[in-house]
Amino acid sequence: MLTSFKRIIRFGWKNFKRNPGSSSAAVFILVIVISMITGLYLLQRPVEYLVETIEEKVDVSLYFKEEASEAEMLVLTEQLESIPEVQDVTYVSKDDALCVFKERHEQDPLLMESLEELGINPFLASLSIKAADPENYKGIIEFVEGGEHSSLIEKIDYYKKEPILQKLFSINDQVNRFGIGFSVILGIVAFLVALNQIQISLKNSKEEINTMKIVGASDWFIKGPFIVQGAVIGTMAALISVLLFFGGLSVFNSRIEASIPGLDMLGFFSNHFILILLIQLVTGIGVGVSASLIAIRKYLKV
Amino acid sequence: MIKFQNLTKLYPPKCVALDNVSFEIKPKEFVCVVGRSGAGKTTLLKMLIAAEKPTSGKIFFAEKDVSSIKSGELPLLRREIGVVFQDYRLLQNKTVAENVSYVMEIMGRTESEIRKSLPNILEIVGLEEKMNNFPPQLSGGEQQRVAIARAIAHRPSVILADEPTGNLDPYNTKEIVRLLKKVHELGTTVVLATHDKEVVNCLQERVVTLEEGKVIRDEEKGRFII
Repeated sequence: MLTSFKRIIRFGWKNFKRNPGSSSAAVFILVIVISMITGLYLLQRPVEYLVETIEEKVDVSLYFKEEASEAEMLVLTEQLESIPEVQDVTYVSKDDALCVFKERHEQDPLLMESLEELGINPFLASLSIKAADPENYKGIIEFVEGGEHSSLIEKIDYYKKEPILQKLFSINDQVNRFGIGFSVILGIVAFLVALNQIQISLKNSKEEINTMKIVGASDWFIKGPFIVQGAVIGTMAALISVLLFFGGLSVFNSRIEASIPGLDMLGFFSNHFILILLIQLVTGIGVGVSASLIAIRKYLKV
Repeated sequence: MIKFQNLTKLYPPKCVALDNVSFEIKPKEFVCVVGRSGAGKTTLLKMLIAAEKPTSGKIFFAEKDVSSIKSGELPLLRREIGVVFQDYRLLQNKTVAENVSYVMEIMGRTESEIRKSLPNILEIVGLEEKMNNFPPQLSGGEQQRVAIARAIAHRPSVILADEPTGNLDPYNTKEIVRLLKKVHELGTTVVLATHDKEVVNCLQERVVTLEEGKVIRDEEKGRFII
């Protein structure tokens, strides 16, 4: 049994080595297939990064009425901080709001003069709320509006931001759905292309498979080397792909970072190296072996 | 040893390849099956290795009914029979040594057993010097000698040779016939299907003549007469 297994491995390796033309063609096709799937996986990162960056910038401000006391406002702040969905709550007093305004517009004398002429602080105290997940804003706002402190609230700017947030969710959702759909379609196309390529290289083996059967080889003794050959082709293609991506990202990472500041694709690739290599090996070996098996099946009926 | 019993093979719609063929082959016999192209010689040999199924009738090999053999038992049956084809059917990506070793590897022989018997087999067919060559690097006669080496490597009890000299010149034809005779002398049953009159006449062995799928003559030390 072990001897047969060793022989099957040796035959498969020799088949690969002694057919450099068809082996290289199959490896080349699989490199394209694996690269497309890896590219799709890596493409998620910039999209995710952009969505994350936008999400980070989104917050909701809640403005208190003039008559709300600081103690009441701080109670509401504490209540909000205790909600797990809330990541951060920042209390901005009337004076703080005025300071921020003055700092921001100190170069604008007209605005400064108008503020002085007004003689009072026109700004309202507010809470700047940041949710752990932007989808939680709606629930947080409902909690505030339905709570005991709702009478203290002058306005909430959530409703102005809601359409933007919804759009963001929908983009994220669509990208994910497109990614899955595209991966499935790509997977099927990849499989068919690889199957076709391996079938072409096996076409020449039809007569040989016939001969092997006639001289008394069992099905597994015939199939085995082709499976091994498929696995070798898949492994080679995966290794070439991983090297191509590593080389490509090493060269272009600085340019990517220059275009999208903070997006470190090489870092993402290195951190997910094992997973990416696994995806590539599973794709390569999976497609190589199953295409070999399907292609050889029809030649075994002698 | 081999028994064809009322064997008929029809190919739709109306082609009769074999028509009620019955004869027996004894152990260590040398039998020439002769006839024109299309007489049914190849079909007969194919049925013996279960590459074709009869429409009716039975084939027995060592008392086993080949016509109703299960697919799982096919490799075991075929390992009992060595086959030589007109077009050699060598494995193109394997060297001479690998082609000959292949059958022994199928049988599960160990590497040391194979290493030991390989030079002897190649010596019989005179190809020791070309053991590392690939089939395309050999002449037709050499390729046929490799095919004979492969057929005898695992010491089967029967060798089937289907037009083994069909593609060869007279010199190589003589060489192949000499080899088949040698294999026979070593105790192997040989069934030779041919339409080469000279080969049959010089062998002076049993001749079974087929015509339009029927056995029309079966003679000990026969001659090629059609």
